[in-house]
Amino acid sequence: MIDLLVQRASTYAADIDNLILLITVITGVWFFLTEFVFFGLLWKFRYQEGKPAQYVTGKEKHLKKWINWPHFLVICCDLIIVVAAVQVWYNVKQDMPEVEKEIRVVGQRWAWSFVHPGADAELGTDDDIKTVGELHIVSNEVYKFNLESRDVMHSFSVPVFRLKQDAIPGRVIQGWFEANAIGQFDIQCAEMCGIGHGIMGAQLFVDTPEEHAAWIAANSN
Amino acid sequence: MSATAHDDHHHGPTFAEIWLLQSTDHKMIGKQYMFIGMFMGLIGAYFAYAFRMQLAFPGVNVPGFGTVSPLEYNALVTNHGTIMIFWVAMPVLIAAFGNFLIPLMIGCDDMVFPRLNRLSVQIFLASAIVLIASFFVHNGGFGGAWTAYPPLSAKAEYNLTPLGSTLWLLAVVLEFAAFLIGGINFITTAMNARAPGMKALDVPMVVWMICIASLLFMASVGPLVAGAVMLLFDQVLGTGFFDPDKGGGPVLWQHLFWFFGHPEVYVVLLPACGITAEIITVFSRKKLFAYKTILYTVIGTGVLSFFVWAHHQFISGIDPRMANVFTITTVLISIPIAEMMFLFIATLYGGSIRFTTPMLWALSFIAEFLIGGVTGIFLGSSGADIYFHDTYFVLAHFHYTFFPIAIIGTFAALTFWFPKMFGRMMNDTLGKIHFWGTIIPFNFIFIPLFYLGAAGQHRRIYNFNHYPQLATPDLQALRVLATVSLLVMLSFQAVFIYNMLYSMFRGKKAPNNPWNANTLEWSCPSPPPHGNFGDELPNCYRGPYEYSVPGRDEDFWPQNLPN
Repeated sequence: MIDLLVQRASTYAADIDNLILLITVITGVWFFLTEFVFFGLLWKFRYQEGKPAQYVTGKEKHLKKWINWPHFLVICCDLIIVVAAVQVWYNVKQDMPEVEKEIRVVGQRWAWSFVHPGADAELGTDDDIKTVGELHIVSNEVYKFNLESRDVMHSFSVPVFRLKQDAIPGRVIQGWFEANAIGQFDIQCAEMCGIGHGIMGAQLFVDTPEEHAAWIAANSN
Repeated sequence: MSATAHDDHHHGPTFAEIWLLQSTDHKMIGKQYMFIGMFMGLIGAYFAYAFRMQLAFPGVNVPGFGTVSPLEYNALVTNHGTIMIFWVAMPVLIAAFGNFLIPLMIGCDDMVFPRLNRLSVQIFLASAIVLIASFFVHNGGFGGAWTAYPPLSAKAEYNLTPLGSTLWLLAVVLEFAAFLIGGINFITTAMNARAPGMKALDVPMVVWMICIASLLFMASVGPLVAGAVMLLFDQVLGTGFFDPDKGGGPVLWQHLFWFFGHPEVYVVLLPACGITAEIITVFSRKKLFAYKTILYTVIGTGVLSFFVWAHHQFISGIDPRMANVFTITTVLISIPIAEMMFLFIATLYGGSIRFTTPMLWALSFIAEFLIGGVTGIFLGSSGADIYFHDTYFVLAHFHYTFFPIAIIGTFAALTFWFPKMFGRMMNDTLGKIHFWGTIIPFNFIFIPLFYLGAAGQHRRIYNFNHYPQLATPDLQALRVLATVSLLVMLSFQAVFIYNMLYSMFRGKKAPNNPWNANTLEWSCPSPPPHGNFGDELPNCYRGPYEYSVPGRDEDFWPQNLPN
């Protein structure tokens, strides 16, 4: 459903979209059913001459079941949603698959800067490539990111990945993604960070291995 | 109890009582809260107008405001949120109607602590003045979002509003002090001053809801006030409670803020639910369906609301395992709330429903709040929140809860109790024009914002042109649609203001009980004199919702009638 609006470009984007679809179906059924009953009652029991209201306390068994059954069904639906949500959450945020590459993502007012591994594919060596406003990654590899902030709260948000993570000054927060679509996409800052919050964007370039190698070669010195 | 406070004034209210907030009469204090709240509401609406214009037509010279700079934009969205929640929803729903209704509905002559009550509204006015003053200092008002996350809110070098952010914080703390005092008064009054014969389960639902809301507020506000004082120290004394460079923890503020902030949602929701309960029973001529169960759902919601706060922080860097716990508690809260909505809808069953203006508002509260309710499930589910967090989906969700609460709830209550407050009837035709002119554009504002949020549009952005994926003409068209709908909705408010002011002075004189309702406030004159019920306070003989009782000639049975 979300993929009709925003392309999917990470391995877990489909999981998140499917969870959203599941919740949409469950809550949608409840919503339309409830509104249908609501408007139906409004029509059926509208004021009519000579048709007085009934005296109903809510203790009548044959009426109470109309509350009790939905009540238990709501609990069942809640359980389904919780289980599905926790599964997706565990996969995206608690679990860390085997890492193939590592990057640093640094938020500061009001730009994202990135440290990429160079030709040796190792982060923290002399050939690391630093960029501002551009993140270059290669598709189909698991990246671990180390997210930092130099000043205030920021939030590293990549809609096509369905990824969002706040950056907190004084801490390094780790997470992962694996891109599975080639292209250029938006990176946002999703946490209010001051006067320049509105311009704190960056571009994500997901390259093929060949493109990525060429980019590394062009940016090495 | 409070007889000494008003023995000596049986004349009309004096200038000082009305304009200098010197009255101890709960009805006057309620109206003062209401008019201050409505005035603040106009400011909040004006802010929304200015920043929505900027979003739909970036860089435009907004008529009546001028061009919106990024710093101004941040201050506008921050203070729109702050005002609408703390200076509109709380004063109007809880303080205005709590003050006006509690003594009248439980059949006593005034609040238990009338002077404390007066102090409450005085502090509240002071807080409003401090907040308004913050817009006019160097660099203008605070712009770090209404959640005020440090370090942005803690340091002037980050937020660029040295005085504005301090005044903002001060105003919020003053406002909380006012409500703490008011809440103590509500609870004490409802516990001690009920009419003879009024048992706990004979108390009208709205009084229960306001008291439980006050309890939630009292129990949750402490941590936030402590946090606010620490933040104030960080701002003005250079301490480092929330500064990581000095060993502080910026996420601590988020816990303190949301530990208060989430119960706060229910603090304003419950009075609106109570108002709805009063109105739908009167205009469907029905007893409230399962009074006791509704009360249990309220208590259940209230208790659960203290265990859900971290769903605002799923992606804020807390231990990810914690998200699982808070997903469970958050999704669970749908059970009592859904149950309450089902019971309200069940109340309509077998009724004889009259679609008066207050009834339309109360019904639309149910219909619209359901949208706010179901969209909350997306955000409470940790996995889905990764995508939706800090997008316009969140914004549309909480406007579908807060608009029904603060705006629909207020209009429902005001059109319903207007005859009792001012002794005159409002014009029903104008009321209905205003109703449809508000409710239809409301949906056209926020449905597009759900869509924009689902398309990845993030919050508090001054101009989306910097984001190629968000700068498409299709998405911009939706932004324009939302803004135009806002303009339509705002212009229809003129109908309401005219109707209210005209009816206040020239409307048809209201009888004591224009809606044939049961609760005690309808047994005293419209408007009630000082001391409310005259020399003899009423007795209570039955529950508040005995409508259409078989074997009676009339379809209502006031609580104060012996039989």
